[in-house]
Amino acid sequence: MSTTGLTKKDFKSDQDVRWCPGCGDYGILNAVQTAFAKLGKKRHETVVISGIGCSSRFPYYMDTYGFHTIHGRAPALATGVKLANPDLDVWVVTGDGDGLSIGGNHLIHALRRNVGLKIMLFNNRIYGLTKGQYSPTSEKGKMTKSTPLGSIEEPFSPIALALGAGASFVGRSVDVFVDHLVPMIERMDQAEGSALLEIYQNCNIFNDGAFKSFTDKDVRDERVLRMEHGKPLMCEKDGVQRGIRLDSNLQPELVTVGENGIAIDDLVIWDEKRPNPAIATALARMSEAEMPVPIGVFRDVARPTFETGVLNQVAVAKERSTQSLQDLLTGGETWQVD
Amino acid sequence: MTDTSVQSAANNDVREVDQVVIRFAGDSGDGMQLTGGELTRTSAIMGNDLATFPDFPAEIRAPAGTIPGVSAFQVRFSNFDIHTPGDSPDVLVAMNPAALKVHIGQLKSDGILIVNTAKFRATDLKKAKYDSNPLEDGSIDGYRVIQVDLEKLTRGALEESPLDTRSKDRCKNMFALGILYWLYNRDLEPTLKYLDEKFGAKKPDVAAANKDVVKAGYNYADISGIFQTSYKVQPATFMQPGRYRNIMGNQSLCLGLVAASRQADLPIMLGSYPITPASDILHQLSTYKSHGVVTFQAEDEIAAVCAAIGASYAGKLGVTSTSGPGLALKSEAIGLAVMTELPLVIVDVQRAGPSTGMPTKTEQADLLQAMYGRNGECPCVVLCARTPADAFEAAYEAVRIAVRHMIPVILLSDGYVANGAEPWRIPDADQLPAIDVKFAEGVPDGTRFEPYARDPETLARAWAIPGTEGGTHRIGGLEKSEPYGDISYDPENHERMTEMRAAKVQRIADELPPLEPLGGEEGDVLVLGWGGTAGAITAAVSRMRADGKNVSSICLRHLNPLPNDLGDVMKRFKRVLIPELNGGQLALLVRARYLIDAYSFAKVQGLPFSSDEIMAKVEELLAENDG
Repeated sequence: MSTTGLTKKDFKSDQDVRWCPGCGDYGILNAVQTAFAKLGKKRHETVVISGIGCSSRFPYYMDTYGFHTIHGRAPALATGVKLANPDLDVWVVTGDGDGLSIGGNHLIHALRRNVGLKIMLFNNRIYGLTKGQYSPTSEKGKMTKSTPLGSIEEPFSPIALALGAGASFVGRSVDVFVDHLVPMIERMDQAEGSALLEIYQNCNIFNDGAFKSFTDKDVRDERVLRMEHGKPLMCEKDGVQRGIRLDSNLQPELVTVGENGIAIDDLVIWDEKRPNPAIATALARMSEAEMPVPIGVFRDVARPTFETGVLNQVAVAKERSTQSLQDLLTGGETWQVD
Repeated sequence: MTDTSVQSAANNDVREVDQVVIRFAGDSGDGMQLTGGELTRTSAIMGNDLATFPDFPAEIRAPAGTIPGVSAFQVRFSNFDIHTPGDSPDVLVAMNPAALKVHIGQLKSDGILIVNTAKFRATDLKKAKYDSNPLEDGSIDGYRVIQVDLEKLTRGALEESPLDTRSKDRCKNMFALGILYWLYNRDLEPTLKYLDEKFGAKKPDVAAANKDVVKAGYNYADISGIFQTSYKVQPATFMQPGRYRNIMGNQSLCLGLVAASRQADLPIMLGSYPITPASDILHQLSTYKSHGVVTFQAEDEIAAVCAAIGASYAGKLGVTSTSGPGLALKSEAIGLAVMTELPLVIVDVQRAGPSTGMPTKTEQADLLQAMYGRNGECPCVVLCARTPADAFEAAYEAVRIAVRHMIPVILLSDGYVANGAEPWRIPDADQLPAIDVKFAEGVPDGTRFEPYARDPETLARAWAIPGTEGGTHRIGGLEKSEPYGDISYDPENHERMTEMRAAKVQRIADELPPLEPLGGEEGDVLVLGWGGTAGAITAAVSRMRADGKNVSSICLRHLNPLPNDLGDVMKRFKRVLIPELNGGQLALLVRARYLIDAYSFAKVQGLPFSSDEIMAKVEELLAENDG
């Protein structure tokens, strides 16, 4: 429950929201405002920082402090904010183009350093604001304005990339799963250091239905794998339980409980606290066509934050030194001219 | 050189000279920078005025004995006011044939040449591409050549030392230094003390060996009779009373930032990415943590400036340091700081370009980049540091303007200023000018906060930092309207805001003190310079005025905005000469803005101007005036 008495509405700014009607961003904005109210956030202590792209319009719609920066650089700018004032609650909004293409370098380094940033990566697998070119997460063969014969590039998995960068909190949710998205935002908030949440977001203009094959109501129960800490990796539809087991090469395989002598105990019991990200990475890299799509927390481990380390060094240096500014200016060897 | 002879007690001639220029040249592994640095430090402690010019290759260790591997250090010390490290050396120490080949051309015609004969074997000559041995073929006969086998003498001095031969040989630069200390009656103590501090605790054998060798070099010069005369340079007497230290440009720039940070009560957050010749700023500020300095070595130049902008946004003093290629990468982010009207200090220690260019060589070719190198109409404040000591005040001024006017300031230094050294009168920390900073206060619930409310005097917007209750607002790179910062595509608004951003810069000129030309208020030629050429210009103009020439000079600190009175001052001279280490960039700006026939004197060799070059050019203009 909120401790500030602020409601979802209090986090809405006075600006008209200008995403295309039907855009998945509306659902995410709504979920964030809901979560912020539930978390009892104070508006003046919250900063929302974005880069460039459809998703990056986000700060204008939040009644918090907001900074709409330049393409790809939001994590870098937010790192400076956090170093300047670690008490601020800093949220970064980015997309698959902003965060993984032009800004890929800043994203991986923010995660590697464990800067206390909450990064929401809206992944619509397309460039929307520039009107429909393929992105680093577009599937191979994607026909777009800039790839009329189909893209020949392999897409990134943002989750695998974040895990590879050593991110301490990595999660995934979906714009239309409000019941999942709001709690995931709350989980990010609890993470001590950097948190990356990939949010599958439908662009109904340039890439409509990109996630339909597993988010549609009639298939989601069997196509979406909701990972929960301490519970078996399993989805269930019409009484059929299917889940993930590791084969002899430690690769995930999809099995059906009750078939071939497989019991629930044979499935992977999900452990998001595991220090080694190998299994989480393997799950992130599973074929979307052949396997259920995992959502939830891939990893949540404790690591000291970057800003704490940096500012501790400063605090210790201040405590140990009695050097005045005059001492510093004077330096070592001097001579007097009369 | 003016000199007066006196007889020393030790039966050798001691002459007083008013200045000397010494250049050490050797392999990059020969320790030339350290050797020159020690002579500099000692001379500073002995109260001389001085100036230095380190000249080193970009390669950490180019192949030994080759021409690309030659590293040099020039120091000039004097008993009078000097502005440059000197045009041609009185003494050249050449540690090998390559060093001789590169530097012999600049040695004064009656100069002293000390050569290390141990490195003049056939293979060494071949590496330096000498067809015949210059020590034997008569090509250097015009100089006072002192041939010394530094290797043999150093090993001899270290017979008792437990060091291996290789380590012993590495002390040979100290032998050369010892010879120079005798020749110029330098005090050995500061160097002996330094060697103890540098090596003493961890490597006592190395400390002892270096100390023995510097003393051996000194004694060798004393008793071998290689010199009939030694020289004395009395302490400089012209200097303003006060306490002095020796300082390099990058160092004093850092101190200026820290001093301003304290006066403004704003901790520094430096975002930086290593780049020659600016990396020392990152290194130096990293050691100032006890003064509240936070340093962040970012993943790239863009992240470095963005982090600095983020820090400024959150209420700290955002600073980023770089060189030309890095400034290019930062340009979009600097545009964001211009658009969001946040304070930011961008230090560009210029080097020879374009592209990677010559990283260790100096140039002033980033002026137009600093002025215009961004998309859109995007004016920044541009300042420059003129000498190593002046970098302190330049940095201080950069901070003052950035926070008072809520604006990014580009501070141009260059390799010559950054790595050069000179005496600096240490300021009284309590007498430094005040820098007042006020953050915006929040408004009551139900009222809209105005992030673009402006100070009527400076036109600066409010510095509204996150964490302030009642101050929530949104800023960004999109065009906005005042006072709320709402996005606006309105044509008139865009033009008004564009003019506002330009006017903010221009307002700064109103608070600048009047220009004070060196020399007269009017005359035949005005030499107009900026940045690191100040030393050569000042030296040239001072000498010409002493010769009765009607020449004056101005070395600008403020390049954008230019001082309000610059146009009027220039009009009082028949000719204006603008020497620059670029293709004529300030000349272009001055000609465009003031419609005057300023004469550009451009040099792009990666080397500073000598005062002789400037004098010769001024003479040309004077002759044209007469003709």
